[in-house]
Amino acid sequence: MKVRLRFAKQGKVRFTSHRDVARVWERALRRAELPVAYTQGFTPRPRLHFGLALPTGAESLAEYLDVDLDLGDDAADGFDPATLPDRLTSCLPGGITVVAAAIVDTGVMSLQQAVTSCTWHLEVGGTTGSQLAAVAARALAADEIVITRERKSKQVTDDLRPYLLALSVVGESPDGALLEAEVGTQPRSVRPSELLAALDPVLTERRVTRIHQWMTLDGVRCEPLSPGGPVASSSAHAEVRAS
Amino acid sequence: MSTVWPELEPLLGRVQKPARYIGCEDGARIPEHGPGRVSWLLLYPDTYEVGLPNQGLQILYELLNERPDAAAERSYAPWTDLEELLREHGVPLFSLETHRPAGEFDVLAFNLSAELVYTNLLNCVDLAGVPVRSADRGDHHPLVMAGGHCTYNPEPIADFVDAVVLGDGEEVVGEINDVLVAAKSEGAPRAEVLDRLTGVDGVYVPARYEATYEAGRLVATAPVAASVPDVVEKRTVADLADWPYPSTQLVPLTEVVHDRLNVEVFRGCTRGCRFCQAGMITRPVRERPADQVRTMVQEGLRRTGYDEVALTSLSTADFSGIESVVADTVNDPTSCGQVSVSLPSLRVDAFTVGIAAEVQKARRTGLTFAPEAGTWRMRQIINKLIREEDLYAAVESAYSQGWRRMKLYFLIGLPSETDEDTLGIAELARNCVAIGRRHHKAPSVTVSVGGFVPKAFTPFQWFGQNTVDELLRKVHLLRDALRHERGVQLKWHDPRASLIEGLMSRGDRRLGPVIESVWRAGGTFQEWSEHFDDQRWLEAMASHGLSVDEYVHRHRTEDETLPWDHLSAGLHKDFLWQDWRDALAEVGLEDCRWTPCYDCGACTGYGIEHIVASATPPAGGSQGTGQDLARGAEVPVVLSARPPSVGVG
Ligand code: SF4
Repeated sequence: MKVRLRFAKQGKVRFTSHRDVARVWERALRRAELPVAYTQGFTPRPRLHFGLALPTGAESLAEYLDVDLDLGDDAADGFDPATLPDRLTSCLPGGITVVAAAIVDTGVMSLQQAVTSCTWHLEVGGTTGSQLAAVAARALAADEIVITRERKSKQVTDDLRPYLLALSVVGESPDGALLEAEVGTQPRSVRPSELLAALDPVLTERRVTRIHQWMTLDGVRCEPLSPGGPVASSSAHAEVRAS
Repeated sequence: MSTVWPELEPLLGRVQKPARYIGCEDGARIPEHGPGRVSWLLLYPDTYEVGLPNQGLQILYELLNERPDAAAERSYAPWTDLEELLREHGVPLFSLETHRPAGEFDVLAFNLSAELVYTNLLNCVDLAGVPVRSADRGDHHPLVMAGGHCTYNPEPIADFVDAVVLGDGEEVVGEINDVLVAAKSEGAPRAEVLDRLTGVDGVYVPARYEATYEAGRLVATAPVAASVPDVVEKRTVADLADWPYPSTQLVPLTEVVHDRLNVEVFRGCTRGCRFCQAGMITRPVRERPADQVRTMVQEGLRRTGYDEVALTSLSTADFSGIESVVADTVNDPTSCGQVSVSLPSLRVDAFTVGIAAEVQKARRTGLTFAPEAGTWRMRQIINKLIREEDLYAAVESAYSQGWRRMKLYFLIGLPSETDEDTLGIAELARNCVAIGRRHHKAPSVTVSVGGFVPKAFTPFQWFGQNTVDELLRKVHLLRDALRHERGVQLKWHDPRASLIEGLMSRGDRRLGPVIESVWRAGGTFQEWSEHFDDQRWLEAMASHGLSVDEYVHRHRTEDETLPWDHLSAGLHKDFLWQDWRDALAEVGLEDCRWTPCYDCGACTGYGIEHIVASATPPAGGSQGTGQDLARGAEVPVVLSARPPSVGVG
């Protein structure tokens, strides 16, 4: 059985890395006494499948994880994913909160493949709301936004413009403004810091939060799992099956 | 309550591994501070990854936080990137729990497990905004204290610490807290507090002693007042069963060394390896009751979610009933998923590969053995009486059960070592690979050699350490001997690091200015090969008119005053001297757990004794257990690795 979990990562724990969080999850699942399935072989690993890595230091309201469970048939019948958020949150460090859980089809497309874009909130310093709005408008009007970035210790040139799906100023922040950006993740992710540097090098990144991850089902944009109670969970179940 | 978090937070986005600085571990306590409480900042002066697992620090952390009149938080040395930012932005060193400035604590208590961290101690004190020299501190500054194995010769850092604790900390930490609570409520001045601390057993206040030198050599370190004890004796807890700590081991959010549950199964070791300071200073052996071990393992695994537990001690295979504890842990039906057990222990001769197989059911990758010396003659001198046949039988058994890689640890530069002894290491390695070829196509043996550093309170404390050139010559001998040996890899610890370690381990107070000069020149993180720089040390020695040879390389004499003569680890000096003579005569000494007492002083001096459940020596060992050495039926094995080292090349 495969279970999909959605969790938030906020506060001091945002300074842990993607790898750290993976280890935290392994321990939390053992503490919660969930029968996680293991890989075969010399060094058996718990079968956890994480979504797109969150940059160290960023917060998120929309992180995802698929877990393979090794439940017997009887246990599987009585298994209620609605109990998971509370049960797991109590085994996780403060700041990591499970907000939804649902059973998904074991053959479901992996999160890394399925997710096509993310929406971010970026607190930006060194600017004002109107200045930032102008920067955003200019970026959206551009034909290409070329950046050089390091990939496997080589400098490569990329055009960010095709990744930029939406960009708008949605509020003020103490010394700047709040930018909302939807950025594509296929074939590669764009880091919020790369986006900001490409928009205008004088902009300084304050707090960054991933607020959504998006996938497309039958042409309809949806989240891998919506936060909330059993209704959302079962609809996620149906959506994912449909794929 | 003040906190640096608002200033720190924006800096964390700019440093490597910011999770080092956030705390938030499971098991962390957010203590209440207040006028009726003494606030302690427990510091490990190396990185978070190295320091967090330290069990001594975690034990004191729990004990202090259980008291209504104490509050304890933790801190570790910030890496150089954060240090630079802290200095640039005027942010002081901070605690991890509440990010309170270090300078606001009543006590900065350091755990010193290695000599090369001394410059980091100075750096942490300085980052706390506290004068590095004890003499320059005022009433409003925290007290700077230190404990841990290095404090058996604290003389090189005598100028920088206000008080040093010798031995087990469980009881004495409370006694110190009592003194400090009273002093705090009375508003006693600093000098008065130091005087009162000299009255606590196991506490050494360097400023209350004066060192005298004649003709450039130390002749005495004596108290400056009649109320100050002539000799400070170490503290020893009589029974580990009274101290089931840590009870809620810290579970870090980011990866650390020894990232697993650690349960201490006994303290002390009387195998009597003559090079081993840890064994000598922690006598006698005090085993934890097996049932308490089982409970601590079970509850610890359930609480932490770890899938690995280490049963820690200096020689875990010697624990009475180790087989059943291991079997119960591995086969515990209540544990969720697979649990692996590691048995960190530097001995070769006291465990069977069968148990290793039990322990490593799944991950059968590498095994580590520590014969320490290449010839039987040499192993008699160091009192590690492992026969060659024992080692070969262990290796044979391991290869036949599926292991492919062996790691062998050796010391070079031991007393009276000849080139034949050094080359004996190559011979052992060669034979181990040959055994491996009978079982696998490409077996591998890694030979890891470290230069021997004599330590205080060991029989080798009089021995003149080999020079860097001599150690390098021996490394090259081995390299040449093993050059065409397929399957053998040679690694060695940087002999220059061993030199500086040796300088600190047997140095006196005149090294204080040397440490300070190296620190002022930027010499922090000397345990890290990328930061270690022996030239800084050698230049500082020269500029203070001191001779490395005098401190490190010359043999010391029986009648000479040693810098630690006013301190005591319980061991009689004449016992150690006799053991040194026995070593040179190639005479071994059996383990006093199962043979009559030699009156080394560790029990007899303090009215305590061994606590060992089994009246008979463990199976599978040859050294000092009164067993028939000729039998060799059982197979010795040692698992797991040593702590990270500098410059393994
Ligand atoms: S006093 Fe005797 S029994 Fe105790 S550690 Fe020393 S030699 Fe062994």
